[in-house]
Amino acid sequence: MLVAVLSGFITAFLLAGIGRFLKGKLSFLVSLLPLVLFFYFLQFIPSIGNGDRLYSSYNWIPSMGINFDFYLDGLAMIFCLLITGIGFLIFIYASSYLKGHVYLDRFFGYLSLFMGSMLGLVLSDNLFTLFVFWELTSISSFFLIGFNNEDPASRKSALLALALTGGGGFLLLTGFVLLQNIGGSSSIQELIGSAETIRTHSFYLPLIILVFGGAFTKSAQFPFHFWLPGAMKAPTPVSAYLHSATMVKAGIYLLARFTPVLGNHSYWNNTLMVVGGLTMVFTAMHTFFRTDLKSILAYSTIAALGMLVFLIGIGTQEALIAAAVFILVHALYKAGLFLITGVIDHETGTRDITKLGGLRHVLWPLAIAGMLAALSNAGIPLTFGFLGKDLIYEATLQSASSAYILTGAAILTNILLLYAGFIAGIKPFIGNLKNEFSKVHLPSFLMWAPPLLLGVGGLLFGIFPGLVDRSIIQPAVLAMDGGTVEISLKIWHGFNLVLLLSIITITCGLLLYFLTNPSAEKEKWMSRFEPVSPHNITLKLAKLFKLWSGWYTRSLLNGHLRFYVFVIVSFLIGLLAYKLFTGVNIYIDRSQFLDLTFYELIVSLLMLVSIGITVTTDSRLTAVAAMGVIGYCICLLFVFYSAPDLAMTQFTIDTLTVVLFVLVLFKLPPFLNFTNRKSKIRDGILSVCFGGLISLIALEVLNEKVNKDISSFYGTNAYTLAKGKNVVNVILVDFRGMDTLVEITVLTIAAIGVFSLLKLKINTKGENQL
Amino acid sequence: MELYLAILIGVLYAAGIFLMLRRSMVKLLLGLILLGNGANMLIFLLGRITKGKPPVIPENTSIFTDVYADPVPQALILTAIVISFGLQAFAITLLKRVYVVTGTDDLDKLNVTDDEDI
Repeated sequence: MLVAVLSGFITAFLLAGIGRFLKGKLSFLVSLLPLVLFFYFLQFIPSIGNGDRLYSSYNWIPSMGINFDFYLDGLAMIFCLLITGIGFLIFIYASSYLKGHVYLDRFFGYLSLFMGSMLGLVLSDNLFTLFVFWELTSISSFFLIGFNNEDPASRKSALLALALTGGGGFLLLTGFVLLQNIGGSSSIQELIGSAETIRTHSFYLPLIILVFGGAFTKSAQFPFHFWLPGAMKAPTPVSAYLHSATMVKAGIYLLARFTPVLGNHSYWNNTLMVVGGLTMVFTAMHTFFRTDLKSILAYSTIAALGMLVFLIGIGTQEALIAAAVFILVHALYKAGLFLITGVIDHETGTRDITKLGGLRHVLWPLAIAGMLAALSNAGIPLTFGFLGKDLIYEATLQSASSAYILTGAAILTNILLLYAGFIAGIKPFIGNLKNEFSKVHLPSFLMWAPPLLLGVGGLLFGIFPGLVDRSIIQPAVLAMDGGTVEISLKIWHGFNLVLLLSIITITCGLLLYFLTNPSAEKEKWMSRFEPVSPHNITLKLAKLFKLWSGWYTRSLLNGHLRFYVFVIVSFLIGLLAYKLFTGVNIYIDRSQFLDLTFYELIVSLLMLVSIGITVTTDSRLTAVAAMGVIGYCICLLFVFYSAPDLAMTQFTIDTLTVVLFVLVLFKLPPFLNFTNRKSKIRDGILSVCFGGLISLIALEVLNEKVNKDISSFYGTNAYTLAKGKNVVNVILVDFRGMDTLVEITVLTIAAIGVFSLLKLKINTKGENQL
Repeated sequence: MELYLAILIGVLYAAGIFLMLRRSMVKLLLGLILLGNGANMLIFLLGRITKGKPPVIPENTSIFTDVYADPVPQALILTAIVISFGLQAFAITLLKRVYVVTGTDDLDKLNVTDDEDI
């Protein structure tokens, strides 16, 4: 299974290298990959149907419990088949749709990358590998939405989608870490065993909020739904594949996958029902006001996703069966509708439904495909959609609480979805053909066959539901629900309440379709609500955040070095003082201290005076001279306290520094008084606080015992190992000889720097004279 | 004596920070040097000070027979002194260059690039 998942990535990388040779007629070769994978997964159907599970594990970071654990059960199966099956159709469709595009190789690279990540996502049993693949799908989606990278709107949509799904991914990761800590395992199957512990844990609520954050952003649930219509800037095959059939269902997959772990709790069920219900009604209404075909489809996709969340929220076995069937139904008809829209856009150059009509004369195979998809979407008997709709009504009617409201919401959504499906699948093809479209010709077989195939699939599964019920739907429900499930889907349920509701839905939907027309006026009317839409609010928040961070950056990084030093030192003082006065017993043990002798006192006083002069003087030369005196005083202190080498070095260096300073600076004017009294006092207080703190810390450290292990190692071995009697010298040139070599290198670099600065002076002078 | 040394180190640090907060580049440099001296003294003090016992093995023996000053901080400080000289030499020449080019050593006048738009 690892090979199956990795093949997408391998192909993507291969395409980066050799892709340009495949741009011509060979581009359909890439579509062999999903086809092979589709048959690979197809062979497991009998064993999965019998209740078997496939499991394989590859170590990645075993010490942290992060491994490539792949687990193929019914739920993963249904998604794998969608990803590879629809993937194959999309690949061949795209090879014709984007024929001759300069970045065709790049496009297939992204698409393969996405397919690999999506397979990894649904096959991972490990929380963290699931998360990695989850993010990879967001990233590949970003590239695909922004595929027309010269269009600013496209780039903006891509960024918005990435920001939202990426933010959701962050929440999800936090949720997973929490889940691993509570459940004690990073394997989802093992977590099912400790579901009871997790549900009763005090962190259950934050945990599900975080997981919801990931799922709702990915699956475009209200109020995060607005990135999906924007994502329609991507080429149409991408919209069909990522933003309708597969990637946006990753959130649904996540919820379904975690139903046995986190579900069956009132928080879980009620949130999902409310959010899903709200999303489906809200966005289904949006479809009524749109005129762009892709926009209509986008909103109806969100409504369908809302329906799935809603069904998972109901959580009864009937609802889960309905969800599993609806995933399949929706993928078949919605991908078909998208592909049809793609052809219309490609051939006529417009997606405005108010302009389109009569295309059946020129695009007849697509008219058939569109009709099949629209009928399945409408839930007309004998289509797969009819079964899906029946199951949904059964689920809502049998739900324990508030069955009326739930059923009402489902009916309302279905009516509007039917309307949307008819607008997209049927309306462009009926009526009179306009003159401007009379020259439209049928595109290549590669473009009209996939939607037709999807439409026929919907019809086939509708008439023979036995093809999928035991083999695909049943294991999928089993994975979500546990226990025992016996499913047999029937075409005909007899006359009952569910059938009545179906008839009501279809009648109302048809009435809506025939009595109203999509128009620019309606769209305009809707745009009045734009300022309060979640989309706009988010953009405004983003703008405010940008303003705030700009202000924050400018006020902290104002370009004044002094200010940086001031902030850093103040912060350090606060931190040190807090730690020192809360964590340490201030105590000075003077008994261990050496006595103060007369000459030490003199040197100390001399040093204090020189420091005072350096700080206060107005003359550069005086300041430099005073600094030299400070250096010599330190030199004397080294002599007093048994450090002859240091004394010699300090003496030499100090002399050199003073000489250099004087040579370079003696021509400069005296100090100008730049700063006022107030800032001097402020800086003075800060400096004194800092100095005092350092003194105090030094004294506190002196109370501690000192570790002499290293010193005694050098002391005992200096002569025996390195044949030297001056231990400091031996350390520098022998034990740590390498460090000294590096130090010499640093000095050389500094010398080169000094030299080039001096050389440079001559050149610039020449320039200045010009 | 440790007490006085600790105070002296504190004063070196305070003077260093104070000078670094001035607008003049020369003062900034002087502050940096004082701060470096303070840091050296701090390391020296914290390695414990010993009088009249340099870490040199006496004649005719191959190991120490008496107590001796800790050689490790001394080796460390020696390196630090030399390195800081490299830094100072570079900074002083740089300062001279900046003064020649811009005609000022006011740091506040140096925080804009030639292009005012940036």
